Amino acid sequence: MADTRIKDAEPPALLKLQVNEPHAVAGHAVEGKAPAAIREFLNKRGSGAAGDGAFGALVLACALSILGIVVLILFVLIQQSKLSLHAFGLKFFITSAWDPVMGDFGALPFIYGTLVTSFLALCIAVPLALCVAIFIMEICPKPLRGPVAFLTELLAAIPSVVYGLWAVFVLVPIMRDHLGPFLVKFFGWTGLFSGTNFGEGLLTASIILSIMILPVISSITREVMGAVPVSQKEGVLALGATRWEMIRIAVLRNARVGIVGGVILGLGRALGETMAVTMVIGNHPDIAKSLFAPGYTLASVIANEFTEATGDLYLSALIEIGLALFLVTVVVNTIARLLVWFVTRNSAREAR
Amino acid sequence: MGVGIEVKNLNAWYGQTHTLRDINLTIPANSATALIGPSGCGKSTFVRCLNRMHETNPSARVEGMVKVGDIDIYNDAAPVEIRRRVGMVFQRPNPFPTMSIYDNVASGLKLNGFHNRKVLDEVVERSLKQAALWNEVKDDLKKKSGASLSGGQQQRLCIARALAVDPEVLLMDEPASALDPASTSKIEDLIFELKDEYSIVIVTHNMQQAARVAENTGFFLNGQLVEFAPTSTIFTKPHDKRTEDYITGRFG
Repeated sequence: MADTRIKDAEPPALLKLQVNEPHAVAGHAVEGKAPAAIREFLNKRGSGAAGDGAFGALVLACALSILGIVVLILFVLIQQSKLSLHAFGLKFFITSAWDPVMGDFGALPFIYGTLVTSFLALCIAVPLALCVAIFIMEICPKPLRGPVAFLTELLAAIPSVVYGLWAVFVLVPIMRDHLGPFLVKFFGWTGLFSGTNFGEGLLTASIILSIMILPVISSITREVMGAVPVSQKEGVLALGATRWEMIRIAVLRNARVGIVGGVILGLGRALGETMAVTMVIGNHPDIAKSLFAPGYTLASVIANEFTEATGDLYLSALIEIGLALFLVTVVVNTIARLLVWFVTRNSAREAR
Repeated sequence: MGVGIEVKNLNAWYGQTHTLRDINLTIPANSATALIGPSGCGKSTFVRCLNRMHETNPSARVEGMVKVGDIDIYNDAAPVEIRRRVGMVFQRPNPFPTMSIYDNVASGLKLNGFHNRKVLDEVVERSLKQAALWNEVKDDLKKKSGASLSGGQQQRLCIARALAVDPEVLLMDEPASALDPASTSKIEDLIFELKDEYSIVIVTHNMQQAARVAENTGFFLNGQLVEFAPTSTIFTKPHDKRTEDYITGRFG
């Protein structure tokens, strides 16, 4: 039925006109046929299913190997720390004793040190990294963009021990003689800056950490900011937005998921960073409120004491510290991911 | 109410490319004006000069005078002030994906610091009605993101967003070229409705569209304004041979 109706119907006038009067295409006619070899070649290629299958298997194997490594690490950590696990149980993670002579061990001061320094480092590094990225992408003149970006990335290439040396010889004196007294004078009332200021301690470690994670965060932020379409920026500008408003609404808002991803990567680095922190944190297993007080991180205590761990229980406790670091990293990353998911849940679902 | 636009000796460049040459033109208030011409002829550059969007490209340069109403936009005001009075709708719909439909429409007012909830509610409803989108979105104004709408709806959302700041002039750069025929005809109906209240300048590749919606039409070629006349004149008895050739499809 439908077919006959279509056949009988007159084509619309406009359509007919266009069909009957094709445009004259002058000078574009190509003589002869395309070379026969092209079709012959393409016909011979087949479905490619075998190659696709092999590639799929290879990729799957690589992905599984990551999972395998994680499981293996966890297995070894648990197995090697059996002695300490049996001796202290879960109490290991919530007590603050650290007495190799008496054989009494607890991980809490180290967990505290790791969390505090990483958190503080993020507080310092995130605003800085955002500003650096905004400057490079939106404000810096184009010819300077490459060199400035290169310089920030260079920060990531400096070895950790060099940062540590710089911190010992430059940052520690500054902390002791200038920044510390300043903080005591203006923020002493918070109680966060009390006690003797030796220049070494939690705050100094946090500052050196923040410098080390800055390039990671800023380069990822830069990438995701660069991926914001020009049409979004123009849309905001056309409404009468100033440059800062455009950056806030079009750039930062659209890039926020990627920016948080960069922050999480930086956090991962901060949690596990060992050498530079060990050199300036003071290495004393204490839970102090003051940020001038010496502290200790999970990674630092392993680095410092592993070679001199006498006795099986001591060694086992250090390996359990490694287990604690593993768990802290997993928990913190999970919380961060959940936070991102929670905040962006609505827009991410809708934008699809 | 809309205002007229007066353009005198307008020249524009992208880097070394001279994209607009000595444009002189008067666009009457409260009417729709269509700009036609082959790709790359400078018509998009021209409308971008009318709200100073052209200069957001670092290599761009403009000379000449553009008057929107009484304001000489290149001498009397800052770009942001001009863009609040001269709204723009782009070729590809660009709703803000991280904002709800409501926030998309209100974004122009909110970013300028206007936060009176009651007035905002009223403006959002009014703008969406003007853009003929209200009935389709009124139930999930704050639940759905601007990016969850179809292409045609997104473009009407962008029109509502531009209208919410109550501009005097509305520039539309090929607003329907990425849309299907049904959405296109909705946009055209809209232009027809809106031109009583706003001065509309629409760039289009579709000559039937120009003929349907615009009182006046300008033909651009190689960065020059070849002819500007009432639409009926342009399409029935153009003065310039090049206009006639383009309209009858002999090139372009």
